[in-house]
Amino acid sequence: MTNTKNGGFMSDELDRVAGNGLINRRHLLKVGLGGLGTALATNTFGADAGGKLQIPQWSQQPGPGTSSYGSPSSFTGHLQRSAGTPNPIYPGGGASRSPLQHLQGTITPNSLHFERHHSGVPAVDPAQHKLVINGLVDQPLMFSYEDLLKYPMVSKIYFLECSGNSGTLYGNTPADGSAQSIHGLVSCAEWTGIPLSTLLDEAGVKTEAKWIAAVGADGASMGRSVPLAKALDDVMVALYQNGEPIRPEQGYPMRLFVPGWEGNISVKWLTQLKLTREASQFRDETSKYTDTMTDRRSLQFTFPMGTKSLITSPSGQMSLPHKGVYKVTGIAWSGAGSIRRVEVSADGGRSWADAMIESHQSDKALARFSIPWQWDGGDGILQSRATDSAGNIQPSRDAHLAERGLISFYHYHGIQSWGINTEGEIKNVYT
Amino acid sequence: MFTLKTLKFCFALISAVFLSLPASQAQTVRLGQAISESQLSNFDLVAGPDGSGFPAGSGTAKAGKAVFDSKCAACHAANGEGVSGNTKLVGGDIHSEGNPLRTVGSYWPYASTLFDFIRRAMPANAPKSLSGEEVYQVTAYLLFLNDIIDEEEILNKESLTEVQMPNKDGFVDLSHLH
Ligand code: HEC
Repeated sequence: MTNTKNGGFMSDELDRVAGNGLINRRHLLKVGLGGLGTALATNTFGADAGGKLQIPQWSQQPGPGTSSYGSPSSFTGHLQRSAGTPNPIYPGGGASRSPLQHLQGTITPNSLHFERHHSGVPAVDPAQHKLVINGLVDQPLMFSYEDLLKYPMVSKIYFLECSGNSGTLYGNTPADGSAQSIHGLVSCAEWTGIPLSTLLDEAGVKTEAKWIAAVGADGASMGRSVPLAKALDDVMVALYQNGEPIRPEQGYPMRLFVPGWEGNISVKWLTQLKLTREASQFRDETSKYTDTMTDRRSLQFTFPMGTKSLITSPSGQMSLPHKGVYKVTGIAWSGAGSIRRVEVSADGGRSWADAMIESHQSDKALARFSIPWQWDGGDGILQSRATDSAGNIQPSRDAHLAERGLISFYHYHGIQSWGINTEGEIKNVYT
Repeated sequence: MFTLKTLKFCFALISAVFLSLPASQAQTVRLGQAISESQLSNFDLVAGPDGSGFPAGSGTAKAGKAVFDSKCAACHAANGEGVSGNTKLVGGDIHSEGNPLRTVGSYWPYASTLFDFIRRAMPANAPKSLSGEEVYQVTAYLLFLNDIIDEEEILNKESLTEVQMPNKDGFVDLSHLH
């Protein structure tokens, strides 16, 4: 293989698998990443230094020693949530988004997990916090945090996505945004906790009970109704996130975790589970988190998150520094199961090639995909399309809008299009 | 020395212990402390559309205006006109052209939700600071501002669940799908 400035490959040697430069996914395995370009938001990689390689300065002196709580490298300071500005009329309210374009693998570091609060993060003292189970049960019960830690637990990797994620794409004009600003309300972690069925069994659920009102201990006392069947299936009272006690922003000391469903129902700072006959019709399952169709009827309890994928690099607001081969990578997930397949297109959906799945493909978790792509300096539109284990295929934006209408703003999961111009600039576009 | 015989014996013993446990006893941790519903009367604030969970007391819109003006109008403006998209509490028409304005009057299917939400989450800068009486009053006021009840109508546990919201038939419950 001849090395060229063109990203390390002679373009005619590449095994093309779809239009506009998509290359067989196995090429990455064969050649490693050495010859690949990386899309950058600002800087370009030092192209042709020449000269001798020297021992760096940090190899000539000892560094600082151990620390009691680790922090990221000072060179990765750009990995930040977009926290927004405080709003005095909405104290503690708002959302922060994960920097998806800078992350790899499938696990979101706890400090970068997206947030959505309705009344800020309460300072819950675990020694005083109580979890109550009441309503239609044989015996109402109260659990302390310390006692809950003694129960057998399960650990599962699950994504969490706010149902408002990507909602800007319902708009008529494509927002000039990044993977983070458009899609950053999705994250993924290993959640460890007690199967809710264990605690319900202890209280004894009466046969009339069909729903559970879950209530948080924040200022808003966030409330959501969970159908009993789901609660008994895979819902847990989560106490740990990626091995450490759940972060305050995620519900410390405990949250409900409802796999695959819109994030808001995984009630944080969980303090009450009330068994009821009917749904409680909380404000956040009537006024909000309902989907109005074009005929003006609103769909209620549209819980599962759709089959979805997204190219995180290269992505919106990045630029390609030179022609050559790039690694196209992204994430895929589904509320209905695991990810079976991700296809990528570089010509706006005219032709597709299978991407390689780099990660585990577990139930209701993020999966990571990649495919090499030769950018020849022309226009292009990068897209990805996921298929899940239930056979659901991610719809195009048009197909999604045809189903959901234009006055809905939750549960967007249409195909994302990143347009590339001849300058290598990447923008969110509609096709 | 550990012979094959002792090993076999140990194995038999271990499996006897485990296999003899009935499924119900395998889950032995039961640490919940019993508590009664009356002990939860200040703690359980869930008020549902079936009338469950509402406190005693009552209120009228007339009385609610004063509460609203002093404790809500800073963020929701006079008469609930709102200072931003999500603080507008009145007006709107779900059948209007384009993206309809969704408010208590144009969108909410149940009046119980209003009481439930205000009691637990509002005012946003001092949640749960209203008395039960004040919550009834201000709920009545918002229903009045949306032309749903009269200014003098007494709202209490019973009458609140009977309030007919304009968009009550506007929802399709998809919970059976899950
Ligand atoms: C500090 C500002 C502030 C004050 C004071 C305040 N609110 Fe609110 N209110 C908000 C905000 C912000 C929201 C939206 C909350 C959200 O989306 O999570 C809201 C939402 C609401 C809603 C739901 C609106 C909808 O369509 O879903 C109602 C009803 C409401 N407030 C009533 C009241 C009442 C009654 C009072 C006075 C007792 C009050 N608020 C005081 C800021 C305030």
